[in-house]
Amino acid sequence: MSAVSSELTIDDGTPKGSAIDRLDARAAKARRGLGSVGASSIAIVLAILWTIPTFGLLITSIRPQADIQTSGWWTWFSSPSFTSENYHEVLTGSTTNFSTFFVNSFVITIPSVLIPITLALLAAYAFAWIPFKGREILFVAVFALQVVPLQIALIPLLTQYVRWGLNGTFWTVWLSHTIFALPLAIFLLHNFMKDVPRSLVEAARVDGAGHVRIFFTVMLPLLVPAIASFAIFQFLWVWNDLLVALTFAGGSKNVAPLTVRLAELAGTRDDQWHLLSAGAFVAMVVPVIVFLALQRYFVRGLLAGSVKG
Amino acid sequence: MTSVRRRRVFAAAATGAALALVLTACGGNDDPEPGATGDGDGGDADCAAYEQYGDLSGKTVTVYTSIVSPEDQPHIDSYKPFEECTGATISYEGSKEFEAQLLVRLEAGSAPDIAYIPQPGLLQTIVQDYPDTIVPASEGTSANVDEFFSPSWKTYGSVDGTFYAAPLGANVKSFVWYSPKQFEANGYDIPETWDDLIALSDKIVADHGADGAKPWCAGIGSGDATGWPATDWLEDMVLRTAGGDVYDKWITNDVKFNDPQIATALEKVGEILRNPDYVNGGLGDVSSIAATTFQDGGLPILAEDGKDPLCYMHRQASFYAANWPAGTNVAEDGDVFAFYFPGLDAGTRPVLGGGEFVAAFSDRPEVAAFQAFLASPEWANAKAVSTPNGGWVSANSGLDPKNLVSPIDQLSATILGDTTQEFRFDASDLMPAAVGAGSFWTQMTAWIAEGKSDADVLDAIQASWP
Amino acid sequence: MDWLLHADTTGEKLVLMVVAVLMFVAVMGLILFATDRIRSLPPWVVGVIFVTPVVLALGFGLVYPAIETIKESFYDRSGAFVGLDNYVAAFTRDEFQVVLRNTAVWVVVVPLASTAIGLLYAVLVDRARFEKFAKTLIFLPMAISLVGASIIWKFVYAYRPVLEGVPAENQPNQIGLLNQMLVWFGLEPQQWLINSPANTYFLIVVMVWIQAGFAMTILAAAIRAIPTDIVEAARLDGLGGTRMFRYITVPSIRPALVVVITTIAMATLKVFDIVRTMTGGNFNTSVVSYEFYRQSFVQRNTGLGAALAVILFVLVIPIVVYNVRQMRRAEEIR
Repeated sequence: MSAVSSELTIDDGTPKGSAIDRLDARAAKARRGLGSVGASSIAIVLAILWTIPTFGLLITSIRPQADIQTSGWWTWFSSPSFTSENYHEVLTGSTTNFSTFFVNSFVITIPSVLIPITLALLAAYAFAWIPFKGREILFVAVFALQVVPLQIALIPLLTQYVRWGLNGTFWTVWLSHTIFALPLAIFLLHNFMKDVPRSLVEAARVDGAGHVRIFFTVMLPLLVPAIASFAIFQFLWVWNDLLVALTFAGGSKNVAPLTVRLAELAGTRDDQWHLLSAGAFVAMVVPVIVFLALQRYFVRGLLAGSVKG
Repeated sequence: MTSVRRRRVFAAAATGAALALVLTACGGNDDPEPGATGDGDGGDADCAAYEQYGDLSGKTVTVYTSIVSPEDQPHIDSYKPFEECTGATISYEGSKEFEAQLLVRLEAGSAPDIAYIPQPGLLQTIVQDYPDTIVPASEGTSANVDEFFSPSWKTYGSVDGTFYAAPLGANVKSFVWYSPKQFEANGYDIPETWDDLIALSDKIVADHGADGAKPWCAGIGSGDATGWPATDWLEDMVLRTAGGDVYDKWITNDVKFNDPQIATALEKVGEILRNPDYVNGGLGDVSSIAATTFQDGGLPILAEDGKDPLCYMHRQASFYAANWPAGTNVAEDGDVFAFYFPGLDAGTRPVLGGGEFVAAFSDRPEVAAFQAFLASPEWANAKAVSTPNGGWVSANSGLDPKNLVSPIDQLSATILGDTTQEFRFDASDLMPAAVGAGSFWTQMTAWIAEGKSDADVLDAIQASWP
Repeated sequence: MDWLLHADTTGEKLVLMVVAVLMFVAVMGLILFATDRIRSLPPWVVGVIFVTPVVLALGFGLVYPAIETIKESFYDRSGAFVGLDNYVAAFTRDEFQVVLRNTAVWVVVVPLASTAIGLLYAVLVDRARFEKFAKTLIFLPMAISLVGASIIWKFVYAYRPVLEGVPAENQPNQIGLLNQMLVWFGLEPQQWLINSPANTYFLIVVMVWIQAGFAMTILAAAIRAIPTDIVEAARLDGLGGTRMFRYITVPSIRPALVVVITTIAMATLKVFDIVRTMTGGNFNTSVVSYEFYRQSFVQRNTGLGAALAVILFVLVIPIVVYNVRQMRRAEEIR
């Protein structure tokens, strides 16, 4: 994957030289000549198709329950009505109580992002810069573990947690997310670390710095964008995960994240659209904000590696 | 599994209606020790009945159940008299992953002292797979069960003749929900026989069919457990058309699924559930039953203001009471209530139901005492009192129906307490999980959603019997 | 210290989170500090110290469980060795035939449809005005959980019944967009998620909706990376429009196409949230990754569940191998 990635990482929206810009402009002009009307209309249709389902649910989430049940959301434009009651009920209502699960999602996500990044950084550094016996084999093994579907690990892991008396606590969720994140994290960060110029590391060595110091003073500052890429990746993954949470946190109000609660709501009251719509938006607001704010890093992460699952 | 699922969805959905009940029922609920946060001086509980358990000060009993918030609080509260009178501490833990987790815990050797087993099938699994962990019911427990429960309940808590687990809560599934107001307005009588029921259905079609209404509405959707309400229909019908003996043999597969007696029952269920003239009021055609969650399935019975309802009857268990929206009056003269799902004739009145059971995994005296307490009328009444929102009954004959707050619970208690009625436990809960939590659900779903033939459905379920 | 295991209130949970992170930082800090202090450590020891936590975590959390699961797949629920019976069941029983067929449909349709749409869109909006905004619109679903996406689409498919004998103007209004469109065209509304086999495709739409943005992003970058002189030369040769796309664009981005298709295929094989949220695996929509869950956690058929997980694993391998080989080739070319 590295071949493709390094080729692609060059281009992540950074401005280009002016000569290329001119060429681009010419090419664009040329293309605009041929059937640009058809092209843009297809593009616009696709964009609308992609946006309208979410938009419809968003409108629904601010309509009163009685309206939602008796008329389509598109009638909102001709007879607008507004309420914040749905959000209020979904967040604080005793049957839904999304605010509690919101806290759980938050508490689950932060350590599940920080811990694997730290561990993976150290390991990636060792794989890239510290020669030791078996390094290559170990790295390939870690790389290969990306293949393992996490389904295959769930039950034995759960059995182990129960034996330790940890089942149904945050600890198991943190630990599981950490473990499942490591292969991709190491692979990604290793790719970035390898690209750090050898001369920088050598210079630090000459100054008498050990590996720990090089790691902190040379590597980390250079790797901030890479870390950001993986962090947002992992953040979205953990926040949006259902399977791991369902297996290890169960449905418990004390541990389960928003996705679990939302899925449960969808499976029990699937006609309560005022709750489902507001609930869906409560669950997606944080990842969407993070995503929009850090989109550049996310794209870079995508391009630099693969997508995990 | 079914019971847990039901309990789970129930827990999630309960509070809306519960809230309404709190508002109306608060006045009548004079729990001698509301909240019971005080210690020591909670003296007005009468401890005479607890002397038999002895002094258990400093002892702790751990309880593990599938019942989680908000339903767990009434349970925790119901232990208060026991704790105060004996000095023991009850440590309660509820988990939604109870069933999987319990087996893992037993495997790992960290069993709880007491577990609430939601269905007898799981009890059998435990006795077979972990015979060294579970202990037979204590003498006190056994005595209480003999005195206060009908013998069939004791058999459900027994495996191979040994009595392990005492019945705890119970529910009645042979109920048809309806709107007393609408029945009165239309002059409909509550049917006493199967023929009456069909006649009433036809009458509703004649009266209201032209307005798009149907006599019946149903929903069998329940996430992973979709299909279980349809299995309840068939179970209820097997009890009616074939009787209790065949039912018992059916559970053990001595009567096969594709036996003509079961096929007859399924055909009769189909007379309602697959009759496009009868279903699915306000929700769509026959297949919409599969796409509707069971919680939403009965709601069309409630009419919008100024309109006629789109549906008149909904067969579902007593716990459906919690699914009505806030402000619905659940009473014999209210917005909704339930009548007994009639037998073929007025004389035979079999009852389908479910419940949970208390198994002990330690023979320490305090555990034995607590297990006995849970089978006693003292506990049943304490639980009734500490459940101000209703939605709970027990088959314990020492339970005073007056302590139950909601009319539907009182009706359930009356039916459960009537020893002339033949009671049977939910069959799918007693069958192996591959059938009872597997093919039975999925095939009944296909029966409704895809119109799969009776014979194909029954053959497929039979083929999956392990 | 009970709150360490059972944090009940928001405050306790947040404190627990901070404590956990601090504990982790403290332990790691101590190890690193010690490593740095002891000057005489040979480099390989430092390497081992850096790698050990990861090796332990992966060994405990992936390698050992995977082996356990493979072992488990040869036993039945009562713990008796049954050889390949679970696999035979998974491949021959009727209900699993449907599951395997659906999985195949998913794994073929989702990557192809997502890639096709992503590529088309990437070409269309490349260097257009509002490019960034236009891309964000398609890309945004990637930020949404599969559960959230399922709810969004379930609402599109929402169904209100047609009441028999009731005149059209008194029929209940449709609230789902798709059915309303049918009504606008004078057709009967449908229960989209019930009718097999079409319902599987209505679930697939959700996954395509999510993955198209991923395909678009990677492919847009690949298109940009095509050397301008090649494009210019082709243009001078009179190539344009669709022929340019076919003879220049697609061959140039072939490696990226492979990455996109294989990555989406792997994600599709493992998807379980959509099926669970939208149909619960009913109405002939189940796939292997959901059936694994149902067998393991609902029916407690751990052996069969394990076999399904192993099948999933085995299905992923050829995709990965192909992916790696393509990458190797790309690397050689470079």
